[in-house]
Amino acid sequence: MPKGRIRAKLRKSHLYTFCIYPGDVGKEGWSLGGPGFSRIVYCNEPQVHSQIPLKYRSNDISTTKYNFITFLPKALYEQFHRVANLYFLGCAIASLTPLSPFSAMSMIAPLTFVVGLSMAKEALEDWRRFMQDMEVNGRKVKVHTGEGAFGKKAWQDVQVGDVVRVEKDQFFPADLLLLSSNFEDGICYVETMNLDGETNLKAKRALEVTLDFDEDEDFKIFKGMIKCEDPNPSLYTFVGNFEYDGQVYALEPSQILLRDSKLRNTEFVYGIVIFTGHDSKVMQNSTNSPSKRSKIERKMDCIIYVLFSVLLVISLISSFGFAVEIKYSMPEWWFMRPQNPDNYYNPGKPVLSGLSHMVTALMLYGYLIPISLYVSIEVVKVLQASFINQDIQMYDEESGNTAQARTSNLNEELGQVDTILSDKTGTLTCNQMDFLTCSIAGTAYGSGSSDVELAAAQQMANDLEDKIELDTVVSSNSEKDHKSSIKGFNFEDTRLTNGNWLKEPKVERIMLFFRILAVCHTAIPELNKETGSYTYEAESPDEGAFLVAAREFGFEFFQRTQSSVFVREKYTASGKPVDREYKILNVLEFTSKRKRMTVIVRDEEGLILLMCKGADSIIFDRLSNDGRLYQQDTTRHLNGYGEAGLRTLALAYRKLEESEYSAWNTEFQKAKTSIGDDRDIQLEKAAEMMERDLFLIGATAVEDKLQKGVPKCIDKLAQAGLKLWVLTGDKMETAINIGYACSLLRQGMKQICIMANDADTKEEVKSDILKQINNGSQIIKEEKDPHAAFALIIDGKTLVYALEDDMKDHFLELGVRCASVICCRVSPKQKALVTRLVKQGTGKTILGIGDGANDVGMIQEADIGVGISGVEGMQAVMASDFSIAQFRFLERLLVVHGHWCYKRIAKMICYFFYKNIAFGLTLFYFEAFTGFSGQSVYDDWYMLLFNVVLTSLPVIALGVLEQDVSSQVCLEFPAIYQQGPRNLFFDWYRILAWMGNGLLASLIIFFLNIIIFYDQAFRADGQTSDMTALGTTMFTCIICSLNIQIALTTSHFTWIQHATIWGSIVAWYLFLSIYGALSPNISGNAYQILVEALAPAPIYWTTTLLVTMACSLPYMVLIAYQRCFKPLDHHILREIKYFRKDVEDQCMWTRERSKARQKTMIGFTARVDAKVRQVQRKGHKKQ
Amino acid sequence: MDATGATTSSADGGGSNSKASAKKNSRKPKYSRFTQQELPACKPVLTPGLVIATFTIIGVVFIPLGLVSLSASEHVVEIVDRYDDSCVPPNYSNDKLKFIQDADTNKSCIRILPVPKLMKKPIYIYYQLDNYYQNHRRYVKSRSDKQLRSKSAANDISDCTPEDKTKNGPIIPCGLVAWSLFNDTYGFSLDSKTIRVNKHDIAWKSDKDHKFGNDVYPKNFQSQGLIGGAKLNSSLPLSKQEDLMVWMRTAALPTFRKLYGKIDEDLPANKKIQVLIQNNYNTYSFGGKKKLVLSTTSWIGGKNDFLGIAYIVVGGLCLFLAVFFILLYVIKPRPLGDPSYLSWNRTPSGQPN
Repeated sequence: MPKGRIRAKLRKSHLYTFCIYPGDVGKEGWSLGGPGFSRIVYCNEPQVHSQIPLKYRSNDISTTKYNFITFLPKALYEQFHRVANLYFLGCAIASLTPLSPFSAMSMIAPLTFVVGLSMAKEALEDWRRFMQDMEVNGRKVKVHTGEGAFGKKAWQDVQVGDVVRVEKDQFFPADLLLLSSNFEDGICYVETMNLDGETNLKAKRALEVTLDFDEDEDFKIFKGMIKCEDPNPSLYTFVGNFEYDGQVYALEPSQILLRDSKLRNTEFVYGIVIFTGHDSKVMQNSTNSPSKRSKIERKMDCIIYVLFSVLLVISLISSFGFAVEIKYSMPEWWFMRPQNPDNYYNPGKPVLSGLSHMVTALMLYGYLIPISLYVSIEVVKVLQASFINQDIQMYDEESGNTAQARTSNLNEELGQVDTILSDKTGTLTCNQMDFLTCSIAGTAYGSGSSDVELAAAQQMANDLEDKIELDTVVSSNSEKDHKSSIKGFNFEDTRLTNGNWLKEPKVERIMLFFRILAVCHTAIPELNKETGSYTYEAESPDEGAFLVAAREFGFEFFQRTQSSVFVREKYTASGKPVDREYKILNVLEFTSKRKRMTVIVRDEEGLILLMCKGADSIIFDRLSNDGRLYQQDTTRHLNGYGEAGLRTLALAYRKLEESEYSAWNTEFQKAKTSIGDDRDIQLEKAAEMMERDLFLIGATAVEDKLQKGVPKCIDKLAQAGLKLWVLTGDKMETAINIGYACSLLRQGMKQICIMANDADTKEEVKSDILKQINNGSQIIKEEKDPHAAFALIIDGKTLVYALEDDMKDHFLELGVRCASVICCRVSPKQKALVTRLVKQGTGKTILGIGDGANDVGMIQEADIGVGISGVEGMQAVMASDFSIAQFRFLERLLVVHGHWCYKRIAKMICYFFYKNIAFGLTLFYFEAFTGFSGQSVYDDWYMLLFNVVLTSLPVIALGVLEQDVSSQVCLEFPAIYQQGPRNLFFDWYRILAWMGNGLLASLIIFFLNIIIFYDQAFRADGQTSDMTALGTTMFTCIICSLNIQIALTTSHFTWIQHATIWGSIVAWYLFLSIYGALSPNISGNAYQILVEALAPAPIYWTTTLLVTMACSLPYMVLIAYQRCFKPLDHHILREIKYFRKDVEDQCMWTRERSKARQKTMIGFTARVDAKVRQVQRKGHKKQ
Repeated sequence: MDATGATTSSADGGGSNSKASAKKNSRKPKYSRFTQQELPACKPVLTPGLVIATFTIIGVVFIPLGLVSLSASEHVVEIVDRYDDSCVPPNYSNDKLKFIQDADTNKSCIRILPVPKLMKKPIYIYYQLDNYYQNHRRYVKSRSDKQLRSKSAANDISDCTPEDKTKNGPIIPCGLVAWSLFNDTYGFSLDSKTIRVNKHDIAWKSDKDHKFGNDVYPKNFQSQGLIGGAKLNSSLPLSKQEDLMVWMRTAALPTFRKLYGKIDEDLPANKKIQVLIQNNYNTYSFGGKKKLVLSTTSWIGGKNDFLGIAYIVVGGLCLFLAVFFILLYVIKPRPLGDPSYLSWNRTPSGQPN
């Protein structure tokens, strides 16, 4: 905390009228002690809770998947959950029997490697989670240890019933009942950022009866009992009562301090632990982090199943053939001694032999299932992830955070995202308000004009020219941002700054305007001794911005006492600073229902003033006839501000007569002290009586500061064809404003607001919502204008109904048709539910992005969860799959890395299947020539090395380094991102084509070879080839063909690709000569095969050349034909780049760039387009 | 997780956190062309020229290669004579198996082979077996390379069942492969003059030098139980038994030729050579054919028309494709890098692909 702040001791409750007054006992229909409400807590008697039945869960939390004991079985289970791994396990076991066509080691080693690698990764990830839990569990809090003494205890040792003392800016260790605070009236402030993402402070208030327990000694004698509901995930409800001294007091949510929220603006509080650990509301809200798999991987499983079927079929054919041969031919083969059968070759028992052969065949053709695929993919993904981590363009200078791929197995999913669900606060916005412009007495001040207007104006100027680049606008805008160094104040107008307002014509009004800003609020000033200036702790960032603005204009609010607000006026007629005191008579504070705030003050002259600020519509309704003097101008200004995406408030005042006030005040006090259901209504009525006949003085426009680059990023993402839904815990007005600022909403867009009315029965509410949804769909269907765009806005209360089973499909259908969707006041659980709905309803890939603990559910539920590693807590990042420092990096993460990774993995998997089919089938063909006996034509070592060394590196290089187009082109043409969501590179057509290619290659390789080496001498010395010579030649052909094939597939050759591809071929020859040079005990028949037999034989080389070329021909013809007739976008772009057409014909390049944009309804570009259309229409009308 | 920097709802008077950012800058990734994926790269584009050139080059290289191979193959003179049927006396023609299995029948057989063309030395003599599964897994595995190689490994017979040992100890060489050694013999004469058959250097050199030990002598071979094929001279070390070496290089396919010997003299055209065959080897039980082959060789080995034809076919195909693509580019040219082919310019809906 900043040092040296001074704060006056206050009773804060008098600031509040509406929010936190205790309600009545038992008005809801629940009964304590009944089912669901059985929890009993003995306050200050934690020892009672160490025994059953009152033993509740302890306060240590664990979010790990495994522990030391369960790791091995659980992780192994996870691993062998994959069918392919299970199959390889079976093979490894069978390889220990004589049935194996290969040596046991060659089956077990790769499997151990694959499984070991994956398990190590799991273990590492879980270890990180474990360390995080340890940190949380080990935090210290002061706990009552008896006899009025408090001692520090780790969070995990806190028990139900403990009395804890939490100090300023600490997190609450568990769900607590608030007993007292340093304020006399038991108020405290909490920040619930981690629970619901809301950043404004919430006031909590203790029961009157426990207010006196505000010192450590008081707890010597304190005893009480709480009966309340069982643990549940609802953050906003609490049902229970508190028995003390024979009296029963009802408890409300406003007395409950939730775990993971933070104590703010309050020195200390005492509380009783009610829910601990996993019982606490925030933990109840958390869902288990699911293990996610990408769509490609899931499809890959399908392909694996297909290959399994192929494997099974050819194994069956093989076994059947074997059984037939055994039964009918084997007895005649005297050279095999059928008289001495063993179990595997028993002419008398062909069925048994066939069955045992089945096992052999399943292992032999295991090469169809690429075991190394999994290893290679893991390796490739880890490398891809490290590229993401290392990307300098996703490094945030301010926070020093890089992008982090926290789980590497979703890289390619980044290239297939269809819809983004985004949190608002902290993700899109910085959660900082800047005072930008204002309108005082009908005059607009402040030179900040909105980006949209600027761009549209520019576009109109050069109408038919190319579209202006958003970059230029944004960059100029960001430069502007840098000028202002004062947080919360971004106002530029010399007419008002530096006391110049004194020279303005309506100086009285301006002064009043500033006074309203300085007086009408609930904030507290704090002197920062280091700088000598005041900072403000306000309930909402807007208020802070107003106060800073007032300070900058010369009205510095510097002190608040119980009854007064002190403002230092710097610029006065006399030229000397004057301190003014305003006696606060009443505060009618802001609620979302009232949408206004009023203070009634008495100034030093004794004049009673009512100052009011609020939403323009509310204020306008309450103006007096005289008060409408500036209404027209102000309205015009407000519309402009609204269009620019600013948050506006109207300011008004009213002079009160003493008598009028005192009459009203009596009424008001009566209402305030009344008890009963209608208290709120009475207060409301009283406030309503006073807040009328106002005089409009002006309006303010505050910019909810977006994070850097957010509009541009959203624009680009929209151009890439992505849809964006905003899910926020904030108020609807705030959310809509941000919608405007981010260009998710714009003027002229039809907004469909779905709101639950206050009907009595659930059925009525539901049918009403359904009607609204259907109406919305109807409107969209009937819309003729192709440019019309719709926005759906819905709040959390309505979502409760809309997400029910019978409605959610309608809701989803409507949401999908709308260009943008904004859900406000949604709880963390609802965020997750919406995510699930969109994910399951559309079947598309969903990306969830957020920064707070309230986004964890969404992040976990989405196909890809992205956390913003900002300044707030780490929960979102911990739960996420990727973390980035700023929202704007999402563009690069998706459009560049996602696109690349998707294509790389898709190409890689296709090639893998090709390669293993091409190789595996030759084994099958050959077996048919050996009487289906399971003999392989290749040496064991060839086969072992095939997947490990000889063909693996080029495909890994492909998976890591392939680029279809450069990152720059990816960013310039976001539209080619659509190749991913449309899955052009991993559809069945393409997969089957690759498999077909593999089949063709296997046929060419096998049959050319065996015909050439059929029976003739293969060299001038007259010797004929044996099995090893044929196998080695065939294998050479395979290695050459496969590597040539990958060279044809690769489109981006760095030295690494060259080294791996050509190196693999060289490695094969190298291996062959080394292997041949080893003792014949090791190399067997392959002894000196290359040096002695094959290399001197010209036919070996000519065959290799022939077969390699013949294998590549089909693919070459195909791509040559496709390039000619059906070039894909990236082909053309490559050609343009290759021939430097983009440099020579820049006009064309820019034109294509603007054309390439997906038709988008949201985003900055769409907004500019809409503005242009609007202006053009106006022009037509005039003519 | 602490309060530092959490200025969420307080409006600060200003100030910067440059100190903090300077500290954090150490985490900035270091620039390298590799990590930023900006390595210099060759990004080839498939131009029509490249396509046509590739096909033409393949065609131009392959067709001559094919012609050369074909002509080499044409120069090879080959005589093939199937004798399994004809070498069975007519009275046994219904029960060939009995003939071959009866130790007392006369297995000699004379064949007259006309020489179609001059055959230059060396002339290779092969026997060809058909439908003989030397590549069967049970058969292939039934051998012990260690035992063949060194004297000390005489007892390494675990793979050799059922032909592993006798009462007198391990069989050397053990296993089915050695046991079924081919035992037909051929004697050649031209105009009643015997042609010497050179049986040296018919095995692979590495076999002789390294894989068959010169101190390993046959032992207990074909001595008890079933007699398979040929017997071995137990006074010669295995490294001298070239027939065995040839036989033990198991063939890849069920039809195979193996080198029997060499004739180191020219055979003039239109002469007839007389072959005296000892028809001992049983292929009758499984209906396998036996052939005697005399062949010269060229640089590509024996008579192998297929290689040349395959080259010519592939080369011809490539030339055809080259022409096809030339026509294609003429009829339907697509200028490279023509933006009108971009998906958003082609489809009215503006859907990119």
